[in-house]
Amino acid sequence: MIEIRDLKKVFHVGDVDVHALRGVNLSVARGEFVAVIGPSGSGKSTLFHILGGLTPPSSGSVFIDGRDLLAMSDGERTNLRRTSVGFVFQKYNLLPTLTARDNIEIARHIAGRKTAEEDPQFQEILRLLGISGRLNHKPRALSGGEQQRVAIARAIVNHPALLLADEPTGNLDTENSDAVLGVLRGLNERLGQTILMITHNPEAATFANRTVRMRDGHIVD
Amino acid sequence: MIYRLVFENLKHRPVRTVLSAIVIGIQVTMILTLVGLSHGMLQDVADRSRGSGGDIFVRPPDSNLLGNSGTMAEGVVRVVRSVPHVALATGTLVQPLTAFEFITGINLDEFNAISGGFEYLEGGPFKNPDDVLIDDVEARSKHLHAGDTLDIGRKWHVAGVVASGKLSRIFADLKTLQEIYPPAGRISTIYLKADNPANIDAISDALKQKLDTYKVYKMEDLASLYSVNNTPLLPQFTAVVIGIGVVVGSLMVFLSMYTAVLERTREIGILKALGASPGYILGILLRETTLLGIAGTIAGILMTYGTRWLMSRFAPTMTVNIVFEWWPWAGLIGLAGSLIGAAYPGMKAARQDAIEALAYD
Repeated sequence: MIEIRDLKKVFHVGDVDVHALRGVNLSVARGEFVAVIGPSGSGKSTLFHILGGLTPPSSGSVFIDGRDLLAMSDGERTNLRRTSVGFVFQKYNLLPTLTARDNIEIARHIAGRKTAEEDPQFQEILRLLGISGRLNHKPRALSGGEQQRVAIARAIVNHPALLLADEPTGNLDTENSDAVLGVLRGLNERLGQTILMITHNPEAATFANRTVRMRDGHIVD
Repeated sequence: MIYRLVFENLKHRPVRTVLSAIVIGIQVTMILTLVGLSHGMLQDVADRSRGSGGDIFVRPPDSNLLGNSGTMAEGVVRVVRSVPHVALATGTLVQPLTAFEFITGINLDEFNAISGGFEYLEGGPFKNPDDVLIDDVEARSKHLHAGDTLDIGRKWHVAGVVASGKLSRIFADLKTLQEIYPPAGRISTIYLKADNPANIDAISDALKQKLDTYKVYKMEDLASLYSVNNTPLLPQFTAVVIGIGVVVGSLMVFLSMYTAVLERTREIGILKALGASPGYILGILLRETTLLGIAGTIAGILMTYGTRWLMSRFAPTMTVNIVFEWWPWAGLIGLAGSLIGAAYPGMKAARQDAIEALAYD
């Protein structure tokens, strides 16, 4: 599913080269739920951004579902985000002007697909997420946990090959954190959704099948 | 879906949305008011010229239709009267007072014979050399009544107020005006009436032969003669005002959309993370601008009715027409200006780096 070999990423900040990733190797099988933990500055977010096609790698190889990210143009990476990768962010990142339903639907619209109302599998997912009754509310009327569940629904509405979650419980209390992590595990177990979750929190990582640690731009175990 | 997002974005910032539409509307109403004023003033002049009752009018060789330059000897009236089928002819002297104000010297009896006579709303005809007649629009504009004094550089006694629509707004006796504004014995225009409307063309041809350097105009051609394009410098002036309107409108929309893009940096990042292409992002902003442009055009049209009312209330001599055929043009110009203004903010949004945008607070 994901094959990363000797992945490096260098940012040029003024005259200084910042080596964010220094040769990452990682394999994730289809249907795995992998947690990536590590301190700030370890390269977790850079890895997240590269896997999500938000920034290109500097060198190495990254294959998602057999597609080589290093060889992709900007347009192809945009297409990857549209069709193959779903994001869940720490700050939920819902569009404040749209209702929960429209926040989900816009992902379908961007992908050029029909409305999610006609997707029975997705309706089942909404019930699993427990937000069916909250879809007509705007984000400001939803709790943090509800917003994050809407964000998860949006991330998987196009049935992506990979769900990337960046500190999905970072802004939530314990109860809501457990609920959201439970939802992610449920998606992984029931639907076989491949998930890569970045977290600072070792407790959150226990919801994953496997945990990998990053430090100084490397995966250390 | 995309229109729902666009509508919700516009609803989310109602004050900015309304202000942007008003700014575009001002641009539209500037254009429509200027065009309406041009058409209104020209139509007013044409209507009042027709109100003279003449079928043909003759202007001096060095004159132009809309200016009041050039005079000719009063004796030309006799030449005109000698042309077959000319029933009546009278000379008038037009003396400019300001850019839009004139006093017209007439031979009252001759003018009455051609025009059918004035309808007196107050007072009566000239009796003394310093008497003038003013029309009801002029009277309303200057709050004057019969018996009052009209001060236009020289003090005139208002002998009567007449219904508007007959050639001019202020009339004095021709001889008096000729004495005040020498050289004596000069006139600006000769109005003549044919003995039969069927002979108008023949008279016109005869006059052109007899007075070959003079300007001979048929009243029936006035509508096409008194057009914006025939008015010296008016098309250029209109173009300059439209240009200024477009620049001001574009700058205001630029500021509005630039602020909108900055405020929505994070939202743009979200859309990019969802796979929205630069074209999709640009499309959202351009759709928003288009809707603002449409709302602004409607606002501008409504505001034009407001400016027309204001003009009729505070400057009744300045006639503003509602020129319907200019509505789509004014709308398109307003929209084009808005889209030009939105182009740079739109491109900035489309080129936004997704990671930086998502990190924006």
